[in-house]
Amino acid sequence: MGDASEPKPVKTIKTPMRLEYQYTAGEATSRYLRGIAQGRILGQRCPSCKKVYVPPRGSCPRCAVATTEEVQLSDKGTVTTFAIVRVPSENISVPLPFASVHILLDGADIPFFSVVQGCPLERVRIGMRVRAEWVPREELAPTATSIRWFVPIDEPDVPFEKLEAAL
Amino acid sequence: MREVAVVSFAQSRHVRREARNEVEILMPVVHEAVERSGIARPFDFTCSGSTDFLQGQPFAFVMALDAAGAWPPIAESHVEMDGAWALYEAWVKIQAGQADTALVYAFGKSSPGDLPEVLSRQLDPYVVAPLWPDAVSLAALQARAWLEKTGRSERDLAEVAARSRRSAKANPHATLAGDYEVAKLLAEPHLAAPLRRHDCPPICDGAAALVLAAGDVARRACKRPAWIRGIDHRIEPHALGARDLADSPSTRLAGVRAGVGKGGVDVAELHAPFAHQEWILREALGLGAGVDVNPSGGALSANPMMAAGLIRIGEAARRISDGAARRAVAHATSGPCLQQNLVCVLEGA
Repeated sequence: MGDASEPKPVKTIKTPMRLEYQYTAGEATSRYLRGIAQGRILGQRCPSCKKVYVPPRGSCPRCAVATTEEVQLSDKGTVTTFAIVRVPSENISVPLPFASVHILLDGADIPFFSVVQGCPLERVRIGMRVRAEWVPREELAPTATSIRWFVPIDEPDVPFEKLEAAL
Repeated sequence: MREVAVVSFAQSRHVRREARNEVEILMPVVHEAVERSGIARPFDFTCSGSTDFLQGQPFAFVMALDAAGAWPPIAESHVEMDGAWALYEAWVKIQAGQADTALVYAFGKSSPGDLPEVLSRQLDPYVVAPLWPDAVSLAALQARAWLEKTGRSERDLAEVAARSRRSAKANPHATLAGDYEVAKLLAEPHLAAPLRRHDCPPICDGAAALVLAAGDVARRACKRPAWIRGIDHRIEPHALGARDLADSPSTRLAGVRAGVGKGGVDVAELHAPFAHQEWILREALGLGAGVDVNPSGGALSANPMMAAGLIRIGEAARRISDGAARRAVAHATSGPCLQQNLVCVLEGA
């Protein structure tokens, strides 16, 4: 390729870029996060289809209407689907391997993402009953990681047919 | 060409800082526009304009879909530009016969970041953006060039600002409105000379939405649809030095192609975020002294980024629909110093 006398291409430039933003969570998410900081999980009900969303964003994405009715949810729920994770990531502090799960909280209509720990992974299954493991009371903060993960509880499995609508 | 009209329009109150998220800002606005149109969802096409750089929140434009409702799955598109270009895409879709109705919306939440700095990120990323030229400084370069070329004075800028904010007193959505004395404005210090604070737009958060419909669908939806008789958009070179900053040839060409000069103009809504830009745009579009320019107060009174151009079209359409104007011109701009310009001619019959 090229003639030795030709100048070398410039392959690197330094263009440091930093933009700072002051985040605001919005009204519905702020209520949810303030609830989390008190160890409570708050959802919102759609006035049209009656589905309860958690975490709420102030709207029903199916009906395109505002959700205003607040609903306190249990911190117990049911696994609707799961994946066993064995790949490390520097962003995740949960020890490997763990189960990524969708959990349908009691009283909610859409499942949300979390992690299951505290049992042999081969026991994780659709229909399994679980409960939130919160960080210690004094560490509660308005952040998703205030729920460390979910752990199994000694309750009978929910039959698959009852979960199908929330898959 | 198919007949296409704006049949309804709505906008938020544009405020300096919104605590609500983008869906919470947008949803009431989308609802209002949809209800006014009387057209039942789903629309044949939905198109939006926004940029996530403003609020520093990735995929805010996807989350914003909750305001429009994407279930059952809808035909949708997004432009990383002012919503006026989303309207253009929707208009093309209707012209192509792929839709009879379209929902167009735009939103901008600038308050979380430092807007003049954020806007510098749209410049050449290798040799210009590393120097961080902020948006106000670039506009000031243009203002200086225009003053020198035309022999006009800073008083001409202050007069635009004072008139805009006086007009905005009748606009409940405006961020800045009121009576300002030109002499007092001129006694204020410069922000980036020759521009003073009043020559620059307010930074604000807000949203807008409108509904487009074709032919008889539009006639059924609206007593007096604002028919889009011409629409065109043109861009100039990216390098600011390669352009004549004191002129806007892209606006001139878009205006000719949209047919601005084919009839009298009652109202013009010009997207001129900086005072001198209104003068440049008036000249490029050949608007005479009899044209009512920016009766809404324009971008100097409310400038929600990514929505302010769409709002010009909505404001012009509103004046057609309520009978205040028979023929109106709406203009939208994007990029630094009027880099890209869209011109739309609206008529009541």
